[in-house]
Amino acid sequence: MRAMSPIISVANLSKTYGSGFKALDNINLEINRGEIFALLGPNGAGKTTLISIICGIANLSQGRVIVGGHDINKQYRAARSLIGLVPQELHTDAFESVWATVSFSRGLFGKPKNPAHIEKVLKDLSLWDKKDAKIVTLSGGMKRRVMIAKALSHEPQILFLDEPTAGVDVELRKGMWEVVRTLQASGVTIILTTHYIEEAEEMADRIGVINKGEIILVADKAGLMQKLGRKQLKLHLQGRIDAIPAALAPYNLELADGGRELIYNYDTKGERTGITSLLSDLRGAGIRFNDLETTQSSLEDIFVSLVRRT
Amino acid sequence: MNFRAVRAIYLFEMARTWRTLLQSIVSPVVSTSLYFVVFGAAIGSRITSVEGVSYGTFIVPGLVMLSVLTQSIANASFGIYFPKFVGTIYEILSAPISYFEIVLGYVGAAATKSIILGLIILATAGLFVPLQIHHPWWMLAFLVLTAVTFSLFGFIIGIWADGFEKLQMIPMLVVTPLTFLGGSFYSVNMLPSGWRTITLLNPVVYLISGFRWSFYEIADVSVGLSVGITLMFLAICMVVVWWIFKTGYRLKN
Ligand SMILES: Nc1ncnc2c1ncn2[C@@H]1O[C@H](COP(=O)(O)OP(=O)(O)OP(=O)(O)O)[C@@H](O)[C@H]1O
Ligand SMILES: [Mg+2]
Repeated sequence: MRAMSPIISVANLSKTYGSGFKALDNINLEINRGEIFALLGPNGAGKTTLISIICGIANLSQGRVIVGGHDINKQYRAARSLIGLVPQELHTDAFESVWATVSFSRGLFGKPKNPAHIEKVLKDLSLWDKKDAKIVTLSGGMKRRVMIAKALSHEPQILFLDEPTAGVDVELRKGMWEVVRTLQASGVTIILTTHYIEEAEEMADRIGVINKGEIILVADKAGLMQKLGRKQLKLHLQGRIDAIPAALAPYNLELADGGRELIYNYDTKGERTGITSLLSDLRGAGIRFNDLETTQSSLEDIFVSLVRRT
Repeated sequence: MNFRAVRAIYLFEMARTWRTLLQSIVSPVVSTSLYFVVFGAAIGSRITSVEGVSYGTFIVPGLVMLSVLTQSIANASFGIYFPKFVGTIYEILSAPISYFEIVLGYVGAAATKSIILGLIILATAGLFVPLQIHHPWWMLAFLVLTAVTFSLFGFIIGIWADGFEKLQMIPMLVVTPLTFLGGSFYSVNMLPSGWRTITLLNPVVYLISGFRWSFYEIADVSVGLSVGITLMFLAICMVVVWWIFKTGYRLKN
């Protein structure tokens, strides 16, 4: 296998639920080995459905999914042993101890006992002091970490995190991301969904946006920000103006703050931003300013505008 | 074959038994003892013997079967229904294990439990009446075969059920009547001939008859027929389970 071949490849995948609802429509997606891929999309977009199919929890209706070179239906054993899954919902046994439930997962994936590994996983997730506690006695955030520990118990090469940080407090969230980064450094591929877009922005190498069962965008995070990122230049004027002079019309400026501010939107992907000529034209029109600032749209803005558009 | 996974499921299910020891073992033992008091002592004082065996002794195989049947179904159906209900089934479905291994783990554990239970009930019965077992190996074979078959049946119910009501409906509406009318407490030969014919449509009759034969060498129907019918039911259950997994029925849709 070539080092650069995708570790997961989804081709023409569609899913129609028993109810007749088409949750996924002709999905094509490749996940690169070792990357952190963030799957974004509004509620009901089909993120969980896609993950469930790749992991073997739901049947696909059409298409093909290859994981680590293995077809998920024909070579399900080889495919599934590579995958650890942390589902969106908190599904845990109530009366098992943390240690027992995590060890159970390892056995289920056919791995020989390895208490040292489980100890490490529990310590990394700050669960070590809870190892003998029954799961019912844990808080929601702890339960979620137990589910992560279960997924890591069998040393997967691919980790799916379906909204891993929902209900986890800020500090532990940071800790969790540290674990994720360490995993990535050790070669694990991570696919996550989240509704906290700053999180995706901070963590992911690539981002996919899914809406109404269709992938509407897959891009490098940096490229995406550049491609779609709009920048805004705000000029704080020295005086007030009532209207934008006709000479400045081509710039589509907006007047704000009661005539004290001029706003110019420009695209970073354009070869020329037009800033230089704008500034000289401003001077020509006799408009003076005492301050200026630029802002770049965040991934969240990009996301919102993408989803709205479809 | 992923033996570790089978072992993990099996041990997980057995651990559940130990946690719920009271419910799993003590309550069937208590209810069996009650049967002895009611049927053995009260009715047995009127019916002195059936086909040369004292009434109390006669009902032992039927009582054991009754518990093994109902417990197999209850254990196995609950064992698979519960993870479906709380959602932990996701892990089983996403693990690198075959359907056969899943069934082996769950049905194996359910059958083990009911076999242990059957033997405990047998021992309890030994406290009330004298027992003799002419064909101990056949007795064990019938016990295991029944436990496995009905655990498989319970597994199917557990997958089919989408609520606790359904989970209890089949055992209550179908299995319990069939076992009570299946000759646990009487010999089919004691019935008027019309009833006898109808009774012979009840598969449980064959189980109990075969099982009783292994104890006292008295049987309502031939032993071969008993084994045959049981195996047939086993085969039907296996086909249904195979179909369930092949289509993902109520599991993956
Ligand atoms: N078992 C099911 N039967 C029928 N429809 C379903 C089933 N599961 C999900 N759906 C539908 O499929 C669509 C996609 O659901 P999915 O759970 O994949 O969304 P999601 O992107 O994960 O959303 P969220 O962000 O809320 O988790 C939704 O419209 C949902 O109602
Ligand atoms: Mg979801």
